[in-house]
Amino acid sequence: MATLILAVVCCGVYPLVVYGVAQLAFPRQANGSLIVTKDGTVRGSELLGQDFTEAKYFHPRPSAAGNGYDAANSGGRNLGPTSQKLDSLIKERIAAYRTENGLSDQTEVPADAVTASGSGLDPHISLRNAELQLPRVAKARNTSETKVRELVAQNTDQPSLSILGEPGVSVLKLNLALDSIE
Amino acid sequence: MFTYAILRLQYLLPLNPQHLGPLSPDLAFNTAVSFTTNTNWQNYGGESTMSYFSQMVALALHNFASAAVGIGLAAALVRGIARHSAKTLGNFWVDLVRVTYYLLLPICLVFAVFLVSQGMIQNFKPYTQATTVEGATQTIVQGPMASQVAIKMLGTNGGGYVNANAAHPFENPTPLSNFIQMLSIFSIGSGLTYWLGRMTKNQAHGWSVWTAMMILFLAGVLTCWWAESAGNPIHHQLGVAAADGNMEGKEVRFGVFNSALFATITTDASCGAVNSMHDSFTPLGGFVPLFNIQLGEIIFGGVGAGLYGMLVFVILAVFIAGLMVGRTPEYLGKKIGAFDVKMAMLSLLVLCLSILGFAAWAAVSEWGKAGLNNAGPHGLSEMLYAFSSATGNNGSAFAGLSGNTPWYNTTLGIAMLIGRFWMIIPIMALAGSLAQKKVAPASVGTFPVHGGTFVILLLGTILLVGALNFLPALALGPIVEHFQMLQGKLF
Repeated sequence: MATLILAVVCCGVYPLVVYGVAQLAFPRQANGSLIVTKDGTVRGSELLGQDFTEAKYFHPRPSAAGNGYDAANSGGRNLGPTSQKLDSLIKERIAAYRTENGLSDQTEVPADAVTASGSGLDPHISLRNAELQLPRVAKARNTSETKVRELVAQNTDQPSLSILGEPGVSVLKLNLALDSIE
Repeated sequence: MFTYAILRLQYLLPLNPQHLGPLSPDLAFNTAVSFTTNTNWQNYGGESTMSYFSQMVALALHNFASAAVGIGLAAALVRGIARHSAKTLGNFWVDLVRVTYYLLLPICLVFAVFLVSQGMIQNFKPYTQATTVEGATQTIVQGPMASQVAIKMLGTNGGGYVNANAAHPFENPTPLSNFIQMLSIFSIGSGLTYWLGRMTKNQAHGWSVWTAMMILFLAGVLTCWWAESAGNPIHHQLGVAAADGNMEGKEVRFGVFNSALFATITTDASCGAVNSMHDSFTPLGGFVPLFNIQLGEIIFGGVGAGLYGMLVFVILAVFIAGLMVGRTPEYLGKKIGAFDVKMAMLSLLVLCLSILGFAAWAAVSEWGKAGLNNAGPHGLSEMLYAFSSATGNNGSAFAGLSGNTPWYNTTLGIAMLIGRFWMIIPIMALAGSLAQKKVAPASVGTFPVHGGTFVILLLGTILLVGALNFLPALALGPIVEHFQMLQGKLF
């Protein structure tokens, strides 16, 4: 009997109380921080990365979730440090990254730009990665680099309490901001 | 059994908006065992296999119960040490209920709401279909995640709501949520050492045990951080910026440091949640979590399990000290007899046997090799990690290993049962035996169980036992891989 009550409290009452408080106090976050347009279409979630391939957008990190940024199949690539497969993948990605952004063969490529994240849904890229992609994006959009740089700064998530974690540029928010200035 | 039934029949039960089908029998067995034993190994995919009902009832109940059981067992052992000439160790059911209602639930409530404020989801909606900016469709996971994650961390269960566990932006939205999650993994395990001091009326002893844990923890973090920020020379040669460290399998918002820190914490405790993919760590970076588990997860440890694991080492350390000075070993005034040492050793040997035995079996059989994602020494590390994690009831993985096959599901399930219950039986025997003993007054010749000498002796015992048991196997896995990485050898 006591076990049954315990089960009802832990599995029924507790999640429902959290549900109630969460929906009242933080409705946006509790429902996935969704980005919804005026006509009601869901464009994605602020917290989840999306794939971008066009030159006028900033590109996210390589993703191992499903066929890339599949938000219902999160996960990493799980290749080890001495994996031949990982080595060839990184080699290809580096070549592609340099061509795409018009970089010389000597330019060091930021690690986050050529490695897959743990979740496959990493919404961020590093500041250096954004800086290297910036000239390409500005050129494709015929805007000044200063304007784009301003938006990059506005869409950078700083470390929590200024010491926890690393700063990252939120790719989806940045690309939406770029689209909205036109 | 009840959990197994829910997992098999989830398609008939309510709260399944995605219409997910039943789990296969072996997967359901593995998952049911894994949550009962506080392991929470994830052969299931989270968002792609579990309905909301399965998550809330089948899995969450065990998250609470297995954590409360761990604390209850530790309480029984500590009472065994503190009481003398006693017949009983306290009422287990009373402990279980008290721990759940007065400790776990209140903390979880506050913690879960905080997590939602950081961006974690808590709802009962079906998955959302989104049209991405470039016009593709993206299915966004929904469900009662925050309430699950709060207990998963606090109870050091670690079974993720989604496949990517705490690397997923919903399950760990910000560096702040990451920090609080790490804190909650350690909070109960760390607090129990203080309680040990209070119960045995020897607060200095509690702090000494805590200090030994802290030293091992710092050594682990620093090694792992150093290895991960040094990165992979093979990739640096291709043109990856060396200053960035090893970012494969890590999230930008956490970076190298918070990923290494989380990996160390989750394996010091028997949590097993991950915020980065351990499989993609550098060899020495991956060595740290693996070795932490093999030591028995006694560095703060799983709730309760960490303390009783550590006390086994304390008894051994006292025993060795007694042998060295040629006196009958005493622990807090109680003479340690042959029976107590036998039981302590048994609990250590069971761990060793299950890890090495199963890993060796997997390494020489077809089913074992078929599951590998990486070749060469890294493949051996994957298997070693899997059985260490299962036996140690950790639940984290070198996740490249495809563990969701009938063979792996079954063997890992058995390893978890051995690791949990064959540990518990000798420890309860030990507790019972200690409780009955009389207390002899302390004399000049008594070895003090606090202070620097004791801490060093305890550390020595732990490292010696750990190293003797597992170094040969580790040398063939991560250690040889490290040297091959430096030479640029690929598999």
